[in-house]
Amino acid sequence: MNSFQLLNGLTFAALLFVVASGFTLVFGLLRIVNLSHGALYLLGGYIGYSTATMTGSFGLGMLAAMLGVAAVGLVLDQGLLRFVRGQELRQVLLSLGVALVLNDVALVIWGGDSFTVPTPELLFGAVPVLDTFYPKYRLFVLGMGVLVFVLLWLLLNHTRLGALIRAGVDDPEMVEASGVNIRRVFVLTFLLGCALAGLGGVMGGAFLALYPSADAEILVFSLAVVVIGGRGSLVGAAIGAVMVGLLNTMGQVWFPELAYFVIFGPMAALLAFRPLGLLGRAV
Amino acid sequence: MNRGVLWLLALLAAAVMPLLLSSYHVDLATRILIFAVLAMSIDVLAGFVGRTSLCHGAIFGVATYVVIWVMAKAGLPAVPAFLSGVVAATLVAALFGLLAVRTSGVYFLLLTVALGMVVWGICLRWTGVTGGENGLRGQDMRPALLLARENFYWLVLAVAALAAWAMQRFVNSPFGLSLRGIRDSESRMRALGYNVPLHLFIGFAVSGFFAGVAGALYAFFNEYVSPSSVAMGQSVAGLLMAIVGGIGTLFGSFIGAAAIILLENTVSWYTDRWQAVLGLVFILTMIFAPEGILGTVRRLAAPKGRAR
Repeated sequence: MNSFQLLNGLTFAALLFVVASGFTLVFGLLRIVNLSHGALYLLGGYIGYSTATMTGSFGLGMLAAMLGVAAVGLVLDQGLLRFVRGQELRQVLLSLGVALVLNDVALVIWGGDSFTVPTPELLFGAVPVLDTFYPKYRLFVLGMGVLVFVLLWLLLNHTRLGALIRAGVDDPEMVEASGVNIRRVFVLTFLLGCALAGLGGVMGGAFLALYPSADAEILVFSLAVVVIGGRGSLVGAAIGAVMVGLLNTMGQVWFPELAYFVIFGPMAALLAFRPLGLLGRAV
Repeated sequence: MNRGVLWLLALLAAAVMPLLLSSYHVDLATRILIFAVLAMSIDVLAGFVGRTSLCHGAIFGVATYVVIWVMAKAGLPAVPAFLSGVVAATLVAALFGLLAVRTSGVYFLLLTVALGMVVWGICLRWTGVTGGENGLRGQDMRPALLLARENFYWLVLAVAALAAWAMQRFVNSPFGLSLRGIRDSESRMRALGYNVPLHLFIGFAVSGFFAGVAGALYAFFNEYVSPSSVAMGQSVAGLLMAIVGGIGTLFGSFIGAAAIILLENTVSWYTDRWQAVLGLVFILTMIFAPEGILGTVRRLAAPKGRAR
């Protein structure tokens, strides 16, 4: 594997981290496996694409995608998931239904063509990195991945909200008993998770393209990341994302026809020995 | 009335149906029966082992792929093709089972989603064998005797009835009862000395075997297979049929499959938005009727005070 491919793996890992960190936060705190996370990613990508095309601003596209997807998330949480609170399996299956609906709605609005979010001129072209030339935009994605990791880490470890989220992951009843409105923390976390999916959609939409089945692909990669990293663990998601990103690149280079296998083989092996993932903890 | 008599009557009614229906509706009924078998195979796991699988569509599709490949590319006759499809599906299920038995609840579901996607990814990318996005097309796959759609319907009905009977026997056997024990309390069963992973593995493989039977039948029905046959949509549809029928009722799958396929058929007359409708059905079922049709009927029919 040369350094160009290595960078490809790392930038893909950065994207995966952004998407999967939202997934793992929601999974860890709310115990919701949100199978519509991929659909939210795609929706975010489409919203970002439309906004960026209309306004010519990539930044506005990212903002619109995060807000738009968070708004959808609010409806999803308050309008649907509230009816099945506390029932893991019903939540999962409900979110699966939501994924189907969202996907079809997106198909109606944006059609079946594949789109690429226009990148800002600033990020055109390539710069020399190591012993190769690498596209600036992909380096930007890499930077965004690191930035999101740092921000989330600061949020979780150095703010009151973060402390509440961490406490909620361990024992929601106890947090509630100490006078905190844990429901509000839950909603905020859910919205944050959705916004991260939307952000990922714009970031990924600019170099992976957006098309009707892109949601399932990114969802499965996120699942792999979360399963490897362990539920609710930010560092786990980062490790998982790097592993999956690199494995995926290696797979595409060495066994293009069986690329999926290269990711899921190790994942399955890991599950066999640590069913809760690398950094997952039993509850 | 005696249960057995009831089912015999239903079987009889199903058997005379093609004499009264148009050929289009016979095809529809055939499809319902095939998918009912798939839904039942999912219900065996979901209802009696407490493991909700989202990869049975992929196992089903593996059988379809193998049958068509064996007939179209390897040139074998129908019966060996059918058998190899079922065997392949069972082997895939066994492989998945090895991995999946270590997990439960949501983790099981996630793992099966991932495993199903692996199958989908392989079918999509391994173009040399699977034809990639174009899929595989079989020609004149059915033996002469089964060319008439009524005859094929009766064959499918016979297989479906047999499969339903076998699955019913399976879940009510001592082995099936220990599976239910695992569903209710894994730790207790382990403490009693049961080999829980082995039970789960066998349960998964048996369930995959029946999904394979359905998939192999589907190959002869459709004579075409593409990655969408192994995609998550297929697993989702099968699971939804099992849920709409009523998880843990087994025969409810026939009702669920009929409800979903007839709905799909009706909706398709008016709109292309079947995916959205399917999603809505999923959402509404989860919110209002998680027990499904037969489950709700049973609950209402049960004597007061001892519901369930």
